[in-house]
Amino acid sequence: MISLKNKEFVNTVIIGVLSWLVALLIFFPILWMFLTSFKTEIDAFATPPSLFFTPTLENYTLINERSDYWHFAWNSVVTSLGSTFIGMLIAIPAAYSMAFFETKRTKSTLLWMLSTKMLPAVGVLVPIYLLFKDFGLLDTKTGLIIIFTLVNLPIMVWMSYTYFKEIPKEILEAGRMDGANVVQEIFKILLPMSKGGLAATVLLSLIFSWNEAFWSLNLTAFEAAPLSALVASYSSPEGLFWAKLSAVSTLACAPILIFGWLCQKQLVRGLSFGAVK
Amino acid sequence: MTSTKTKQRMPFFLVSPSVLLLLMWMIIPLSMTIYFSTISYNLLYPDNTGFVGLENFAFFMDDPGFLPGMMNTGLLVGSTLLITTVLGVLISVLVNRPFWGRGIVRIMLISPFFIMPTVNALVWKNLLLHPVSGVFAAVWSFFGAQPVDWLTEYPLTSIIMIVSWQWLPFAILILMTALQSLDQEQQEAARLDGASPFAIFRYLTLPHLSRPIAVVVMIETIFLLSIFAEIFTTTGGGPGYETTNLAYLIYSQALLQFDVGLASAGGLIAVLLANVAAFFLVRMVGKNMTDA
Repeated sequence: MISLKNKEFVNTVIIGVLSWLVALLIFFPILWMFLTSFKTEIDAFATPPSLFFTPTLENYTLINERSDYWHFAWNSVVTSLGSTFIGMLIAIPAAYSMAFFETKRTKSTLLWMLSTKMLPAVGVLVPIYLLFKDFGLLDTKTGLIIIFTLVNLPIMVWMSYTYFKEIPKEILEAGRMDGANVVQEIFKILLPMSKGGLAATVLLSLIFSWNEAFWSLNLTAFEAAPLSALVASYSSPEGLFWAKLSAVSTLACAPILIFGWLCQKQLVRGLSFGAVK
Repeated sequence: MTSTKTKQRMPFFLVSPSVLLLLMWMIIPLSMTIYFSTISYNLLYPDNTGFVGLENFAFFMDDPGFLPGMMNTGLLVGSTLLITTVLGVLISVLVNRPFWGRGIVRIMLISPFFIMPTVNALVWKNLLLHPVSGVFAAVWSFFGAQPVDWLTEYPLTSIIMIVSWQWLPFAILILMTALQSLDQEQQEAARLDGASPFAIFRYLTLPHLSRPIAVVVMIETIFLLSIFAEIFTTTGGGPGYETTNLAYLIYSQALLQFDVGLASAGGLIAVLLANVAAFFLVRMVGKNMTDA
């Protein structure tokens, strides 16, 4: 018995150590980026890379002078929040209707929505670019919000749908018996009951919009350029810039990374379109 | 009477905004792409117009970047899928049992997925793969080897590494969650009956993961087919066409060479390719997904 327990213990230790090693290896680039952002440019470029250094905050002040960080950050905030808000406004009624008034076509509609995600963005890059040019939407936040909303809409509908599906129909029917209309039904019963799930939906949409790069790079120049475009502008090196690059990257990723950590469990459902819970 | 009628129509009205918007999003640009692909339309030569039939497609396929573009797209998607699913299964099985600090390990494992692609690419390019000051170079030197200039000597391999690092956490996240619904008692029973850990993995764990793996493959394929930012910010498709995938080739034709007709033809080929992939993938997992 004792030897079995010992064996179990040794196994747990081995698994634990191995897991930690793998996790540290995978996390290393992020950790390294974070550390480098507090180095001086000289330390950042040192060979071999310096592990011990005197931390400095100068990169964080410098990047704001060099590239107007807050301009881009504001664009990211406005476009992600705007597209998520509008998207949810359109997605929630659709998901509500599909979850509680299912018809023959509901499932094929859902699958069709998923299939619009499979349309590769490059396939429609040219027409969207020209349409944006004609409508004066190039390099505007409105333009990006429209694109982000459309790109994330299928995911928002899918995710909300799977959360609504879990609410028993009887509860809504009881509300209706008491004289609640559709709007009341959605706001007073449905939303409070599924707020955890909807919060995860909102976060996922925020993450996707915040990190989006293809449309941001192709449809914006400066006026509406979000953080992902700012970071891309660091791709042509200008002398010693590793530490500044790390600082700007850290700032660009930190909020989303924290969001991701907070809702990792609910995210799985959204990322897998409800297939894995 | 009218009230029952409106009640029957109400669900329809609630769905229609989403459906109409997505329909527009699909049909308008796509029909424009189809139209552009059949005409001569270059922003640099505005006088040169007219219907050219399938000429743009012929030109696109004759482009020296076309074959490499197709090959690279295939290699990039295929290798990344292989790396992320195999490692994803192994790692998620590894961290499935309780050990000290499992919560933190989970968080570290899934973090790269939340890093934006442009940051991911630049951090790899400048902090890790850089031949002089990169961490890889330091490790190589430490073991007495000659540091490698990754993005020049092995450009596509480097891109695959970068993309895999980003998508491995996605596989881990999905598979880790799926493993939690695996029947522990059944595993315990198998173990007491003397089944080897490998047999348990092969006959209990792997079958349980088949559906989540299919989901991972499907969703990754959708995103990997149009990888763009990672190439744009690191190699710009080069050297030569070594890291040009279909998405990047079309981008360079449309927005760098201003040939709308040619880029549209390429766009349609990309759509076709994605549809072929999607057709099989939806067959494979689509049914499972609506059953959920």
